[in-house]
Amino acid sequence: MSRRGFLLAFLLVSLVIAGVGSYYASSHPDGLEFVAERTGFLDSADDSPAAASPLADYQTKGVEDERVSGGLAGVIGAAATLLVAGGLFRVLRRRGPAEDDDTEPAEPAGARVPQARS
Amino acid sequence: MHVPDGFLDAPTSIATAAVAVGGVALALRGARRELDDRTAPMAGLVATFVFAGQMMNFPVAAGTSGHLLGGALAAVLAGPWTAVLCVTTVLIVQALFMADGGITALGTNVDLMAIVGVGVGWLVFVAVRRVLPTRLGSVAPAAAVGAFLSVLAAATLFSALFALGGTAPVSPDRVLVAMLSWHTVIGLGEAAITALVVGSVVAVRPDLVHGARPALKARTLEVRRPVTAAPTAPASSAPAPTAPAGDAA
Repeated sequence: MSRRGFLLAFLLVSLVIAGVGSYYASSHPDGLEFVAERTGFLDSADDSPAAASPLADYQTKGVEDERVSGGLAGVIGAAATLLVAGGLFRVLRRRGPAEDDDTEPAEPAGARVPQARS
Repeated sequence: MHVPDGFLDAPTSIATAAVAVGGVALALRGARRELDDRTAPMAGLVATFVFAGQMMNFPVAAGTSGHLLGGALAAVLAGPWTAVLCVTTVLIVQALFMADGGITALGTNVDLMAIVGVGVGWLVFVAVRRVLPTRLGSVAPAAAVGAFLSVLAAATLFSALFALGGTAPVSPDRVLVAMLSWHTVIGLGEAAITALVVGSVVAVRPDLVHGARPALKARTLEVRRPVTAAPTAPASSAPAPTAPAGDAA
């Protein structure tokens, strides 16, 4: 699998999970919330200042259909994460091939020699 | 595991925020060594996958669910410093846009999931990897152990923070016991998902898995041994262009 192909597939899997799979996720409280409820400190939680966000609680405000509303929120959130993290890592990265780099290290091709790097 | 505002008092939240800022600053420096033209796009996608994975709550028992924290997963795929930034990005997007996890609790959540989740996940992974044979098949099991313990570590830290600065009059011991027992089960889910994802990527593109570098290097040297065993140079110092030089851990 080419690197580009792999990255595209990885992106697609993430978007499908966030956009489609998440609808089928369990809606039970998560471990912390459950423990908070059981032991009696759940009421100490305050509403987030972001509670009025159009994507609050992974639902898109103004979209009636629950499946579309949740899926859209998931895809937008995943895209926002990709934008922020991808942009950050682009800025932080070393330019050019790394010293330990080779374009296809997965293939132990004996013919590959260091000076073949461009 | 997303802590909302209000669970912890202001001094505790300020302290955890200070630790978070320090940890992220260190990660910004460390990630420069892990990221290059080849790994940077992968790292961005790892963050995206962690966001998606955190949406998939899986049922545990008795009306509870758990979801991927992704610290160990991100560390093994992208490298530990980059992983801190991946999970932190996810937490910021969740807190600001999804109202998942509080705003004053953001530092606490970064400490729990980005710093401790990644840190413990990575250190345990490296320790287990050292014990197992150096080959690609060892990467996913080692990642699974790291994932399991990372969840328990985060649950323990939350309980400790609650003991220090919890706002509700609840016995910290009860919180610790409940957190650990439920998160033992959730940790098994974390381990399974981490092993599945890491194993799949290792099977297809092991060169994009940060934690697979020693195994790839060993494989490469093995293949090259007949060639590099020339009388002029010992095998250890022979040029090996595909061998990663700088895996710090």
